[in-house]
Amino acid sequence: MEGELALLGKYIGAGLATIGLGGAGIGVGHIAGNFLSGALRNPSAAPGQMANLFVGIAFAEALGIFSFLIALLLMFAV
Amino acid sequence: MATEEAGSGLAIHPMDQFMVKPLFGNGPIEWYTPTNVTLWMGIVILVVVALLVLSTRRRAIVPSRGQSVAEMFYGFIHKMVEDVAGHEGLKFFPYVMTLFMFVFLSNMLGLIPMSFTTTSHIAVTAILALLVFLTVTLVGLYRKGIGFLAMFWVSSAPLILRPILAVIELISYFVRPLSHSVRLGGNMMAGHAVIKVFAGFAGAMGVASVVPIVAIAGVYGLETLVAAVQAYVFTILTCVYLRDAVGEAHH
Repeated sequence: MEGELALLGKYIGAGLATIGLGGAGIGVGHIAGNFLSGALRNPSAAPGQMANLFVGIAFAEALGIFSFLIALLLMFAV
Repeated sequence: MATEEAGSGLAIHPMDQFMVKPLFGNGPIEWYTPTNVTLWMGIVILVVVALLVLSTRRRAIVPSRGQSVAEMFYGFIHKMVEDVAGHEGLKFFPYVMTLFMFVFLSNMLGLIPMSFTTTSHIAVTAILALLVFLTVTLVGLYRKGIGFLAMFWVSSAPLILRPILAVIELISYFVRPLSHSVRLGGNMMAGHAVIKVFAGFAGAMGVASVVPIVAIAGVYGLETLVAAVQAYVFTILTCVYLRDAVGEAHH
């Protein structure tokens, strides 16, 4: 591949890959918002569900992090 | 307006802070070379020892400040392991506690200006995550034998869906060490890079650099939260994975 063109593709690809992080943002916001609406309905049950909240957020975030990883790989490894 | 457009963008490169440098001289880095990573890992371990061993040496009924903090950490992790991994998982409490203290203090000490965050390197977090993965797999196979593989065969699903779910479960199982490590490393690295980017703005904006400096203070506060939450998430995910190995089948 031509050097300049490959560099261009690399940067554009890395930028496109970061769009995936928006999906992770939607997912994490969805979980946190639903937790809050549930917690306001039944505040006494909320503290016991904190662990589930964080695990859910972590799983949702993982998929966004894969796109971040793709961006990193394009920037520094390809 | 002091504009220093030196050809390639920012004057302070946001990724420079993650460079691994030898402590003495400028030689090549071998596996035995003491680097800034080694230094900060050593400092983290010294702080853990000081917190958990030295401060609880004189165990008093009315605890000192250090002892209270150590007991708080101990109780917090103990409860987490018991709640999430089950009673059987308490055998792994020392391991989980070690992981939490190391990750938590690496994140926190990394927030000190001019220090080095060892957990911002995916090489470091990957080793931690691979150890968790290997522990879970080996312990699960040892304790449950071939029954450990029943984890992938979701018996509560309709029969026709089970092969498809088995493939998905298998993929998600082997992706665990990757997501486990990149989550911690990526969060740490991204936060520090953001602060450095804002610092680069502050250097280039003259009087208006008050704005990025205030922003840095805000981001720093957020990063402190992220450092604690990511250590918590790393530990609780370890507990969740351990539950697969030692707990009863949850499907």
